This record gives sequence, C-alpha cells and structure tokens, in this order.
Amino acid sequence: MGETILMKGNEAVAEAAIRGGCRFFFGYPITPQSEVPEYMSRRLHEVGGVFLQAESEVAAINMVYGASGAGARVMTSSSSPGISLKMEGISYIAAAELPCVIVNMVRGGPGLGTIQPAQSDYFQATKGGGHGDYHLIVFAPQSVQEMVDMTIEAFDVADKYRNPVMILADGLIGQMMEPVVFPDGEDRPNTEKPWATVGMGDRAERNIVTSMDLNAEAMEEINWRIQEKYDKITKEMLRYETLDTEDADLILVAYGSSARIALNAMSKARENGYKVGLVRPQTVWPFPYEVIKDLANQAKAFLTVEMSMGQLIEDVKLAAGETPVYHFGRCGGVIHSPAEVYEKIEEILNGGGAAK
Amino acid sequence: MTHEFIMAGFGGQGVMLMGQLMSYAGMFDGKHVSWMPSYGPEMRGGTANCSVVVSDQPVASPVVTEPTCAVVMNAPSLDKFAPTVVPGGCLLINSSLVTADPGRDDVKVFKVPANEIANELGNSRVANMVMLGAVAKATGAVPMERVEEALAKKMPARHKHLLDTNLEALRRGAACVE
Repeated sequence: MGETILMKGNEAVAEAAIRGGCRFFFGYPITPQSEVPEYMSRRLHEVGGVFLQAESEVAAINMVYGASGAGARVMTSSSSPGISLKMEGISYIAAAELPCVIVNMVRGGPGLGTIQPAQSDYFQATKGGGHGDYHLIVFAPQSVQEMVDMTIEAFDVADKYRNPVMILADGLIGQMMEPVVFPDGEDRPNTEKPWATVGMGDRAERNIVTSMDLNAEAMEEINWRIQEKYDKITKEMLRYETLDTEDADLILVAYGSSARIALNAMSKARENGYKVGLVRPQTVWPFPYEVIKDLANQAKAFLTVEMSMGQLIEDVKLAAGETPVYHFGRCGGVIHSPAEVYEKIEEILNGGGAAK
Repeated sequence: MTHEFIMAGFGGQGVMLMGQLMSYAGMFDGKHVSWMPSYGPEMRGGTANCSVVVSDQPVASPVVTEPTCAVVMNAPSLDKFAPTVVPGGCLLINSSLVTADPGRDDVKVFKVPANEIANELGNSRVANMVMLGAVAKATGAVPMERVEEALAKKMPARHKHLLDTNLEALRRGAACVE
C-alpha cells in the first residue's frame, strides 16, 4: 500500500475514480462537491482523460450516457438539486444498461435547500428517483477511506452488471479531511465491452444502445431481463457491518456519516450499561433486510439515526415485523450531535417516546 | 485520549490552516485524526471555524460540539464557543483582539497575544502559528516536533523562505503557556 496522506473527501473520491480507471468526467459545479470537478480538471488530462464542464447537469449526464455507450469508464458528480436534474438521464442509462459512476454529496433539501450535509436523498437513491422500474447499486461510505475503496471498486461493479452505481455520501464526508491510503500499482483497467457502439469492425451485426422500444411486449421483456439482474445484484452485492448486536436490546440502524455519530452515542450508552448495538448498511441498495429481520427476533426495538425526517426507517420497518422502530433525525443541513442521539437512546430504553 | 478542538476566527486569520496542521501533526504522530470545516455562504471578514479530532481511537464523529479545547482568534468566536468547552477543558484566547472575560472558571484559560507576537516577528500573518504553538503546548495533544514537521512538510516550496519565521512563531506561542 502507498503512504498515508491527509485528504479532503471530495478530492479523494476524484483520485479514487482515476485509480478505478475513470478517464472521462462530465459535471457541473455545485456546493458541497465542487472540489470533485476542480480536482478532475487538474488531474484527468495527466492520465490522458477528458474533463468537461458541461453547460448544465442535464447535459453532463447525457454526456455520461454517450461516453458509457462508447465503452468508456465515466463518472459524474453533483449534490442533491443537481442530482435531481440528472434523474431523467440516469433512468435512460439504467434502461440502456450502461455502466457509470454517479457521486451524490447530499445537501439539505427539499428544493434548492441549503449547502450543509443531509441524508434526505435516500428515497431518490434507493427507490428509483427517475421514472420506470430500475435500481442503482448504491454505496454509502462512512469515511474518506471507505469512499476511496468503494469508488475504486465501483467501476468494476458497474461494468460487471452493466448498471449505474451511485456513491451516496454527503457534505460532511465531502468536506472533511481524513488520513487515506491509496493502493499501489496501476489504475484498474477498463473491461472488454463487446456491446459498445464503437463502429462495426469485424462484427456482422450492429450494436445498439437505446432505452426505448415502442413494442410493449418487447419492452416488458427488457424489464424482465433487468429485473433478473437486480435479483442477482441483491444476492451478490449486499454489504453491511454489525457492531455489538449480539446482546443488544436496542439496535441502531444508520449509514454514512450518521453511523459515525450514532457510534459515539452508542459508546456512551454502553459505558452507562445500556445494551445497544449498530447495523450499518454499506450498500443501501441492495439493503440488508434479512439481517434486520433476524435481529428483530432478539432486539426489543430499533432506532434509525439519519439526517432526514425518516426515510431509512421505511426499509427497517419492512424487515422489523412486530418489533417497534423509532426514528431520530435532524434535517435541512443540521447535523445531529452524539448527545441528542444518546438522549433518544435513554428515552427509548427507559420506556419513553413513540415508535413511528 | 481524545482531543476535540474547535478553532475559530475571522476568515483570513488562518484558522483552517491551523486545524489542518494540527491534524497533520497528529497523523505524523500515529494518531487517528479528522478535520472538518464549518462551511456555509462564507464571505471575506466573516467568521470561520473548523473541528479537529486527534485521538488514540478511530474518530467516530468528526463534528465537534463539546470541545475539550476551543481556540478563539476573535471576539465573536469567544461568545459562540467559550460556553461549549467541557469542564476541565481549555480555552485559548487571542488576547490581542479579544478583551472580554470568558466567564468560565471551570476551564483552563490561556491568553495569547498572538497578533502582537506576530508583529514582533515582523509578519502579522503568522498569528495563527503563534496560537498553534500555544495550543500544542497547552493540550499536549501532539509533541511540538510533530507540529514543526507538519509545517515544514506542508509549506509550499514557494514559501520556504518563511519557514524560520513560522517555526519561531510556534515556539513563541508555546512559550506563552509555560
């Protein structure tokens, strides 16, 4: 492994993309992720890549569609309102089964919202966001290092399944600096893409990349095929971490930066004799429903800790059965403090508060 | 041991850099570290602050709300952060610009005339390094050699001629908390 360096999340995710083999970046600046395109504009040409600041987010995502259709490793990044603008293109990319990586450094919403961290794009990231039946594979890193590791891998994963992958982080992870280590060695190579539209060559048939088929039965066939792929991804790509759940009465469920804050609160609760554990989804699609379901037999309650009014909680409730699920969240760009999460833990374990 | 800092001042006083150098120094010392800026619609002359954690344990939350040490470079930062320091923690005040009483007798208060010392050194812009020297000494979060190492390694080549002044600033700051 290389040396440990201190790096800002936004710069680290950009460098990680290059290490993952990304050679094309199309984007448009928006706080709190503008260091991503800034870094790419400086660095991509050094490795023979192309950086292009598009005229809009809509243009950027369609450039991603084009580059991916031609077989390139390509990325775009934005933050909440900008990601909303990309949604039509993301749906097209998913339907055309094109690989790419999309980074969302989530900020407070709804609307133009604010520029501080939030996790209120969970539904958008995990349940679609654009139109039609489709899924992104969604990684939810909790640190700069984890974001680097996931981003490097994301390009291989996207190629393997011919599916867009999202890195769902937030302004906190984008803006913070932490020590990080990049792997030694060459950048990851692009994979063979016999389906790419790069001219006929020796092939007898044309390659076609499209998201449209006006024959309803044929379009349904495409949906069935994509759905089979999602079933496969659900089995193969699920990632999560559990901590001290074995004897836990209360299990916190949190992802990304919220999981770190939840962990502070959990440590304090353990010190004070409360049996509290943590489940941290590292992918939020696929989601660890079975893990929650198993733990529901043992735990007295779940508590989701998220920077939103309650989105993750819906997935936990799908798996928790009769076990009550509580929610604690701040939103609009406000980051919860470990102290207020701890208060909520105490309240629940002392029989107070209402489950949602 | 976990040191949780908030470093605050006017934009332009170098509080972000102060925090980054503390993080680098901690990292070079083998500690777990994080640096997190408060970011918002900032403007020149507005207030800025950063959270820094230096710990023997992996850093859980990088957002510091109850600092073990607050560093205030200007008066608005004193009002905002002096009440947040945990009892027994420490509060370092740039006494060149802050004259108000911190109103805390349950924390260790260090008054550092950072701007005056910087001016004595012939460069008003090293006030942040004076304060950083004082912070390292007062908290013992990192050894002074690591701070000096961080400064030497992170200073861009075009500024190398300023290294000695900055190192002297660190030492003068540390001397304030003897």
